[in-house]
Amino acid sequence: MALQSLDILRRSATPTATPQARTPVEVAKLIDVSTCIGCKACQVACSEWNDLREEVGSCVGVYDNPTDLSAQAWTVMRFAETEANGKLEWLIRKDGCMHCADPGCLKACPSPGAIIQYKNGIVDFHQENCIGCGYCVSGCPFNVPRLSPADNKAYKCSLCSDRVAVGQEPACVKTCPTGAIQFGSKEDMKEVASTRITDLKNRGYQHAGLYDPEGVGGTHVMYVLHHADQPELYSNLPKDPAISTTVSLWKGLLKPLATLGIAAAGLFGFFHYITVGPNRPDDEDHEENRK
Amino acid sequence: MKEQLIQRYSAPERINHWVVAVCFVLLAISGLAFFYPAFFWLTGVFGTPQLARIIHPFVGVVMFLAFARQFFRYWHHNLITSEDVKWMKSVKEVMKGNEVGDIGKYNGGQKGMFWLMCACMAVLLISGFIIWRPYFAPSFPIPLIRLALLAHASSAVALIAGIIIHVYAALWVKGTIRAMVEGVVTHAWAKKHHPRWYRDMTGKKS
Repeated sequence: MALQSLDILRRSATPTATPQARTPVEVAKLIDVSTCIGCKACQVACSEWNDLREEVGSCVGVYDNPTDLSAQAWTVMRFAETEANGKLEWLIRKDGCMHCADPGCLKACPSPGAIIQYKNGIVDFHQENCIGCGYCVSGCPFNVPRLSPADNKAYKCSLCSDRVAVGQEPACVKTCPTGAIQFGSKEDMKEVASTRITDLKNRGYQHAGLYDPEGVGGTHVMYVLHHADQPELYSNLPKDPAISTTVSLWKGLLKPLATLGIAAAGLFGFFHYITVGPNRPDDEDHEENRK
Repeated sequence: MKEQLIQRYSAPERINHWVVAVCFVLLAISGLAFFYPAFFWLTGVFGTPQLARIIHPFVGVVMFLAFARQFFRYWHHNLITSEDVKWMKSVKEVMKGNEVGDIGKYNGGQKGMFWLMCACMAVLLISGFIIWRPYFAPSFPIPLIRLALLAHASSAVALIAGIIIHVYAALWVKGTIRAMVEGVVTHAWAKKHHPRWYRDMTGKKS
């Protein structure tokens, strides 16, 4: 892993600069929810390529299976039924890591090099450096990372960083039979999305739009939504995701305050001792002695 | 002439104190490592970063239990009185080495430290359980875990700064370390720093 790439933008718990010489193009995966048929081929492709095997579950009354993300299921289809727009709609969303430009997981991670953000936009977990604290789980605005019960390390979608590194698209993109998942440069994907959105608008979906939330600096997994004004309809896709203020205070303001407080206590002691001197019981008229 | 000594801490009290102290040092080392990326290397004290993460909360529970024992030993000596308020108001004078007020077993500063430690220990224990993976954290909602992470780090910082003052005070006031190592203090020490306690212990007038 360590030799994988020079093209690193950010590295968890690393205050100094990452390699800056090269600036590769930003990539993105575009998921067009309006052309997804919910076949789960992407789930299977992910499981095959990444060699993941979630336990075979049982039917819980809906199509969701597995019912949630896990260390063995990096992407799951979420099926939602809604009548919010005057008719019954079946909204299917492929859930997984959004590869944020400002990743909350990376901000929260205390272990140097456990989370790497490549310059191409991919946010990757390097499990050999993971300490199993679960801070990434708390840092993520999308509730994506999962700790494995087997090894206490965090896992999530890698956007097939190994495939992308050799010029291939992620496994889910490769397999999608309807072309609902596409992959390319972020710029190109935005263009593809805008064509599709114009189409949807012409078909009567006035609020069709691109989901590329600003609050996390944009994402490298984007959705075309027919109801971009109501992302919550799609199994609670957050409307304005951002790194929680609590996490920002903890990883931001608290650090300089703590440094100041701890340093002040230590320095106070040191300078007090070398100016006032020790307090001895026989030294009752301490002040006078000093003059 | 033989030094006149007063027993201040019994052997069980001293052992209790040092159990808490050793736990505190281990927790501060690993905690600072998780808080400051630049101190992450301190996890090496525990062998590997993963081991530091696993061991930290268990040591925390031991520290809490040992501290709880101390709480029941000392809380009634730490109720704040008007003498303590007077002490706190004249803390500048005290810092020059001149004692203020008719001090009992503990002075205003020590009492304040006691209650600060109690508050920090309580917050650390509760928030520590909420963020403890893999055992307890999965039972709590993520927004609560975030608050607990912030509370845990903040109270740990307050405790660390407090303990630095606590250790410095013991180093500054000569004869104090002996109370927690050998268990005894000299009459002169008691008379100067804790006159009311000195009278209580000896029946003498200071």
